[in-house]
Amino acid sequence: MGHNFGVHKYWHVINIGIQNTLVYRVNFFFKSLFGFIPLLATISLWRAVFAEKTPGDTINGYTLAGMISYYLLVMVVDALSAVAEDDFQIAGDIRDGKISQFLLKPIDYLTYRLCLFFSGRLIYTSVAAIPVLAVIFWFREYFHMPEHGSTLVWFCVSMVMTALLQFFISYTMALLAFWVLEVSTFIFMLFALEYIAGGHLFPLTILSKPLYDLLHWTPFPYQMFFPVSVFLEKITGPDLWKGLIIQFLWVIFFYLLARWVWKRGIKKYTAVGG
Amino acid sequence: MITRYLRLYWALWKNSVVRELGFKTNFLLWIVVEMLWFGLQLSFAGVIYMHTDKIGDWTKWHVVLLMGASHFIQQTFQAFFFTNCTQLSELIRTGKMDFFLLLPLNTRFLVSLRQVDLGGFVSALSGGAVMIYALKQLNYIPSMPQIAGFLMLSAMGIVLHYSLLFLLASSSFWTVRAQGIVWGYYSMFNIARLPDAAFRGFFLFFFRFAVPMLIVVNVPVKLLSNRLNSWMEIFWLFVLTTVWFLISEIFWRISLRRYTSASS
Repeated sequence: MGHNFGVHKYWHVINIGIQNTLVYRVNFFFKSLFGFIPLLATISLWRAVFAEKTPGDTINGYTLAGMISYYLLVMVVDALSAVAEDDFQIAGDIRDGKISQFLLKPIDYLTYRLCLFFSGRLIYTSVAAIPVLAVIFWFREYFHMPEHGSTLVWFCVSMVMTALLQFFISYTMALLAFWVLEVSTFIFMLFALEYIAGGHLFPLTILSKPLYDLLHWTPFPYQMFFPVSVFLEKITGPDLWKGLIIQFLWVIFFYLLARWVWKRGIKKYTAVGG
Repeated sequence: MITRYLRLYWALWKNSVVRELGFKTNFLLWIVVEMLWFGLQLSFAGVIYMHTDKIGDWTKWHVVLLMGASHFIQQTFQAFFFTNCTQLSELIRTGKMDFFLLLPLNTRFLVSLRQVDLGGFVSALSGGAVMIYALKQLNYIPSMPQIAGFLMLSAMGIVLHYSLLFLLASSSFWTVRAQGIVWGYYSMFNIARLPDAAFRGFFLFFFRFAVPMLIVVNVPVKLLSNRLNSWMEIFWLFVLTTVWFLISEIFWRISLRRYTSASS
C-alpha cells in the first residue's frame, strides 16, 4: 500500500481510459481519414504554387519536398498530441457537478485527466498509424528523414513536452467552466489562435523573420511548429537548446497555472455548493 | 398543403429566435468565433500569395472572392441545416425520433429544418462583405443576371451540401456512432473554398464528380466573375445536386423503414 498504491490507482485509470476509448476506435479511424482531406488539399495547393517556379526554388528555405514534409509532420504531431474531447469533458464534469466525487476521493483530478489524455492519445495514434503511414509512404520521395540519429531523440523529448503543453493549456481553459456556463466558444477561439500562431496552417518562418522572432517567445510554436522543425532539422545547434528550454519553461508555467486556477475554481465551487 | 408547411416553418423560426435570445452573449461569441476562423482562412490566402501571383488562372483577389463566397454559402447552409443534421444521431439514440414520426408531417422536413441557427446569417453577411471588397479590388461589376445566377447556383450548392450531409447523418439509423462521420463532413468545407485549378488527377476527378465539393462554390463564383470555362460546369452542378438529393431521399426512406420495423 502507501506509495505503491498511489501509482497503482493511476495505472488503473489508464487501463479504464484505454478500454473506454477502444470503443471509439471506428470513430477515430474515420476522424483520421477525414482529417487527411484538408491536408491533401493543402499539399495540392502548395504544389500548384511551386509549379509556377523553377525546380529547386525555395520559399523562405522550404523546397517543395520540405513543404510537403512539413505538413506530413503536422499530421504526425497532431495525432500524437492533440487534445481531442478532453477539454469538453472536463468542462462537462464541472458543469454537471461530477467533480464532487473527486473532492472526496484520494484521486488528483489533474493526474486523472492526464492519464485519460495519455490513454486516448495511445489508442488514437495506434488506430491512425495505418492511414498516417500510408500517406507518408505515398509521399515517400518528398519525405525528409532526419540525417542524424540524435534528431529523433530531441524530437521525442520535445514531442513529450508538446503533448504536456497541449494538455495543460486545454485543461486550464476548460477550468473556465467554474465561472462561465458555456466554454466551447472560448475553446474554439483559443484553437484558432493555436492553429495560426502554432504553425498548423503554414510554417511560421515563411512569414516575416521579425514576426517569428517575436512569436518564438510565446507558447504557441511549441505546440506544433517547434517539434516539426526539430524533426526537419530546421532548428539545430544553439537554437535547439534555446527552444527546448523555452518549451520546458512554458510547460512548467502552464502546469502551475492549471494548479492555481483549479484551486481558485474549487474555492468558488464549494462556496456555491454549501 | 404548402401554406401549412410555410406557417409551420414560420413558427419554427420564431422558436429559434426566442431560444437564441436566451443566450445572447453566447450568440455573439459564436459570431466572433466564426469571424476568427474566416480571418484565418483569408490570412492563409494572403500567405500563399506572398509567394506566387497566380494559381492556375486564379489571382489573389479571385481567391479572396472565392473564400468570401465559400463562407457565404457554408454559413447559410449552417444556418438552415447543419445543427439539425448533426442532431439526427442524438434523436435516434435517445428515441426522440419516435415523437417526430408520430406527427402528421413529413418527417424529413421536420428533422432537417426544425432549428434555425441565426448566427449563421450574420456570418454569411461577413462573407458577402468580403466578396464585395474583392470585386472592388478586381474592378469588376457583375451584371444583375450574374448576381441572380450566383444566388441561384449558391442555393443549389447549399442543397448539395445538405444532401451529402443528410445522407451521412442517416447512417445513424444503422450505427450509433455516426457522429464522427457527420463531424468529419466539416473538413469537406476546407476543399470547397479552394480554387479547382490547384488540383489535378484523381483528387480533382473525385471532388468534382463523386463528392462534388469543388463545384459547390467554384461554379457560382466563376459565373459571378465571368470566368466559366463552359456552361457544362453549371449543368454538372445541377445534375449532381439532383442525383445526390435523390440518393439521400432513397437512403432516408430505406433507413426509416428499418428503424420503424426494428422497434416493433
